[in-house]
Amino acid sequence: MERIRTTLVYVLLTLVTAVALFPIGYMLLIAGGEGERFAEGGQTLFPQTAGEMPGNLAGNLDTVMTDGTLDFRRYLRNTLLVAILAVSGTVVSSAMVAYAFARVRWVGSKPLFMLMLATMMVPFPVIMVPLFTMFRELGLIGTFGPLWIPAWFGNAFSIFLMRQFFMSIPRELDDAARIDGCGHFGIFRHIMLPLATPALLVVGLLHFMFVWNDFVGPLIFLSHRDQFTLALGLQLFMSRLGTTPWHLLMSATTLMVGPVLVLFLLTQRSFVEGISTSGTKG
Amino acid sequence: MKRDGFLTFLPWAAPWLAGFVLFTALPVGLGIWYAFTDYTLLEPPIMVGTKNFARLADDPILGTVAWNTFFFGLLSIVVGTVLSIALAVLLSKPARFQAFWRSAVFVPSVLPLIAVAAIFKLGFDGELGAANQLLGFIGVEGPNWFGSGAWAWTALLLMSLWGVGPAVVIYLAGLRDVPKQLHEAASLDGVGSWGRFIHVTLPMISPVILFNVVIGIINAAQVFVMPLVMTGGGPGRSTYFFAMYVYDQAFQYGDMGYASVLGLVQFAAILVLTGLVLFLGQRFVYYRGA
Repeated sequence: MERIRTTLVYVLLTLVTAVALFPIGYMLLIAGGEGERFAEGGQTLFPQTAGEMPGNLAGNLDTVMTDGTLDFRRYLRNTLLVAILAVSGTVVSSAMVAYAFARVRWVGSKPLFMLMLATMMVPFPVIMVPLFTMFRELGLIGTFGPLWIPAWFGNAFSIFLMRQFFMSIPRELDDAARIDGCGHFGIFRHIMLPLATPALLVVGLLHFMFVWNDFVGPLIFLSHRDQFTLALGLQLFMSRLGTTPWHLLMSATTLMVGPVLVLFLLTQRSFVEGISTSGTKG
Repeated sequence: MKRDGFLTFLPWAAPWLAGFVLFTALPVGLGIWYAFTDYTLLEPPIMVGTKNFARLADDPILGTVAWNTFFFGLLSIVVGTVLSIALAVLLSKPARFQAFWRSAVFVPSVLPLIAVAAIFKLGFDGELGAANQLLGFIGVEGPNWFGSGAWAWTALLLMSLWGVGPAVVIYLAGLRDVPKQLHEAASLDGVGSWGRFIHVTLPMISPVILFNVVIGIINAAQVFVMPLVMTGGGPGRSTYFFAMYVYDQAFQYGDMGYASVLGLVQFAAILVLTGLVLFLGQRFVYYRGA
């Protein structure tokens, strides 16, 4: 009885894993395929013989990157630029504000912290139109500005995560630093930042994933193809093709999925912790 | 312990305080104001009173998108909750390579939505897609997925279920906190494993269920990228959802005033529904120590 039960658990685990990973394998399979075979309707899901194994992924990726009409190299560059500006902004500003909520003992700090948590409830569509008109007044529509400038003003979720981490650092360390003549800046610089490096990395990582995956922001704020990020480029590629070269589309998708997948595999633990703390996806 | 003054707090919190005013308070205020104006971006907003609100009453599309969003949300939350609890229970069983199984279930949810939509769009393609080829192996002729409302809904639902990872992780944490003694005591009383699940596990994780349902409502009200890319709202308007309609009113038809009204309706709907669920939750949720 017990053995049947154990076997059943493993069978179910294998099934679930197969379903979870199948679409990723499918993407790679098609991404490595030959275009002509698809056009003839000859491409089947599973190669018939070993000789038909797809192995053209590198070539297809190269086409997607360098072909002037696809130009994913430019989209990649744009995405990385926005990501660098936004991630550095979020980490710097959120660390400062988190320090204020964790260590500066002002009476109004608690209510403001609650207010900050409440702002996470405001759905994006509500502020979408006003944000667009505001950035339009500033002449920033069609630039990267709207995608990274707000990041320098602290991000509620990042502040929350970092504040929780700062709170776990013993206050005795602050007191010791204070006796040595440190003010708030000294404590922040010499105690908090060195000890909170893992938290800074988690926040940076999660925000990088957010920028990399973000579709609605670029959709609303960018206007020229030259500025598109990967997410927008992928949608453009999908929408403008009547006779979709699926193998190239899946190569472009691989280009977008690959880095996220690698980052996740390298940093799973902090990832899962971040998710457990928040309960939401980015 | 010495207290700090506001002037000490201010420089540290300045980025967020400024950000709150600029990117939350001001937009919410402007949004409320736009709701009472005619605003096409070409000219400055003109006050028109409650005209935009009156339009809600005889907007035939509003009913469609509201119903689609509500019903799809209900469906994905109910099925998603059952599935993610089942997966969490499975993943909590002692097994080798546990980290691997858990990562595999979680992985889909970290991928970019737009990329996932691309994969599923191909996967459910009527002629070339994997779904119909796999169905073909077992001798079933697959449907034209994006040709009919019901099948398009099925495809969207399957795609959203593929991303249940975060909920599973949260349920796993909840299951870990269920005291072992309760299960042992129930076992001694002769309660079988299904009975223990119903009478011990479920009540103990009910606060986690409530939390996930609330998050689910907030997310479901904003479904946008997935249908936009997979179906474009079609066939007909069968997969046209609320957030898509707000976006279209604003950026396709340039009607910022009415789009703002719709945004406020959406916000109000989220508040009412989460409030209702939290209120009902009080009666069904078991809080330890309460």
